[in-house]
Amino acid sequence: MNPIIQVRNLTAQYDEEIVLDDLSIDVYPNEIAIILGKSGCGKTTLLKNIIRLYQPSSGTIEILGQDVTWMEEIEFNKILRKIGVLFQNGALLNSLTVADNIAIPLEQHTDLPPSLIRRLVREKLHLVELDNAGSLLPSQLSGGMRKRAALARAIALDPLILFGDEPTAGLDPVTAAALDQLLLKLRRLLNMTLVIVTHELTSIQRIADRIIFLDRGKVIFQGTLDAAKQSSISTIQRFFNP
Amino acid sequence: MAEISIQKNIIYLSGELEVPSIRSILEQVKNAMTSNDVPQIIFDLSELTKIDSAGVALLDEIKARFSAPDRSIQFLNTPPQIQEAIVSFSIVDLPAESAAIRKSFFESIGERVYKTITNSGDLLFLIADIFYWSIIGLFRRKGQREGSFIQQSVLIGVNAFAIVGLISFLIGFILALQSAAQLRQFGANIFIADLIGIAMLKEMGPMMTAIVVAGRSGSAIASEIATMVVTEEIDALKTMSLNPIRYVVVPKFHGITLTMPLLTVFSDFLGILGGFIIGITYLQLSATAFLNELVTVLILKDVLTGLFKSVIFAWIIIIVACYFGLKVTGGSEGVGKATTASVVASIFFVIVADSILGLIFYFNQPIY
Repeated sequence: MNPIIQVRNLTAQYDEEIVLDDLSIDVYPNEIAIILGKSGCGKTTLLKNIIRLYQPSSGTIEILGQDVTWMEEIEFNKILRKIGVLFQNGALLNSLTVADNIAIPLEQHTDLPPSLIRRLVREKLHLVELDNAGSLLPSQLSGGMRKRAALARAIALDPLILFGDEPTAGLDPVTAAALDQLLLKLRRLLNMTLVIVTHELTSIQRIADRIIFLDRGKVIFQGTLDAAKQSSISTIQRFFNP
Repeated sequence: MAEISIQKNIIYLSGELEVPSIRSILEQVKNAMTSNDVPQIIFDLSELTKIDSAGVALLDEIKARFSAPDRSIQFLNTPPQIQEAIVSFSIVDLPAESAAIRKSFFESIGERVYKTITNSGDLLFLIADIFYWSIIGLFRRKGQREGSFIQQSVLIGVNAFAIVGLISFLIGFILALQSAAQLRQFGANIFIADLIGIAMLKEMGPMMTAIVVAGRSGSAIASEIATMVVTEEIDALKTMSLNPIRYVVVPKFHGITLTMPLLTVFSDFLGILGGFIIGITYLQLSATAFLNELVTVLILKDVLTGLFKSVIFAWIIIIVACYFGLKVTGGSEGVGKATTASVVASIFFVIVADSILGLIFYFNQPIY
């Protein structure tokens, strides 16, 4: 099977500090890949390099079979329409209601009539169990609600790939479990591929197909959760048995 | 892409019912519905291979828009994987969105009056708090960060010297230039010194300084405090048993109270300098004559009036900035609104205060 995301020899740095060091990973269609590692090991930097919020120093990134590393912005925008990103703090636009936030990609990237866009927004809100929150402003939502609203916006265009930066961090166990179940459901319904950065072990156990373990900017392990737990690498052992 | 074919009252949908084909399918269904008045329309979905959430929304929309008492719409032969997506995404069985409750005219007025009274009360409490802690802060430094008074004085005062100086110079220069042509007609060139001296010291100096400081430092103070509220820094101070007014506001209050009169003196000086240049160049006055006239016409009370005004303006700017900063609601949007409101209100209240003080001093001024 061809990977849906292929990263080769990626090096990224902030000024002189190397954050990602000659890193290579593959993500396969319809899998849930978890990027794991200690704080500051480069997980979020990797994610932001893949979606080109940061530009790498060297290496290549392929998404959906296309090299996007130095792709023209117009071309890359077409790829972005097939990608959803769930940011750590939601990143909802504070000046817009939740419904308006979700409608942004639908209004900008489809030719759907307004009545259908309104229906789709309600559909997404229902999916994330925020049926009555459409008219609220992000500042009126709790942390968990904000994350779910952000997820609704991220999946507005039914993306092929969903990137999530700590989607369940800071949520209570019940809400976190519900969010995980929702991610699994979306993967099944939309044949979505998920790349998730998280520290939450319970969440990893619920959703992970494959673990990509980073340490100081390098991949030190790729494999299933069970294989990771049995790994002899001390960093990984300490992570699962602190 | 999805395909549509219509045979009598049966509409066959096939292929991938996804975003790119939704609009054209909806148009074709609309045409079919208007030209077909049979009591039952059947959609055969057996050939659908894929559906996304927009496809499900389309089916919901068709049902909602074209169902009628005399016409039923049915979706038949749905493949299992399509059925699962429909069940997961569809919102057709949900209750309709409730309309927002509209307030009556009198309710709106009542709410505004109530809010105004509450806000006025809050403002009075804030003013009392600021003055109380500022006076306490003069004698007891505990509860304030070491060096914060100097830091704020530099930020509000020293860093504003250049812009205040430049604007005041240009104001004095323009004021003198516009007046010079009129005075010349009457051979009253020498009175340019009186005009510039009195205008700068009593009005333009304090006023221009206040407007620059309100735009520059007032906005910075409002946005800083609003950000601290939004990011819970103010709450954190409270939990550390620190009074936010004392810790955050008082150093700014002391800083602006000290630096505004100094900035005003600087503004007066540069404004007069602007007028002086016009006097000795355009009106061909001698420097000695200009300065002699200036010294003759100005009295100490004029200087003190300007300085008194500058202190009042400083307090207006800091109180308004703190009020809007502390009352912020919402996230980054709220911070922006608080900052804008603070600057507009500061300038408005500075001008109102200037008018009131102008009237008070007018009835107490000596006759030249």
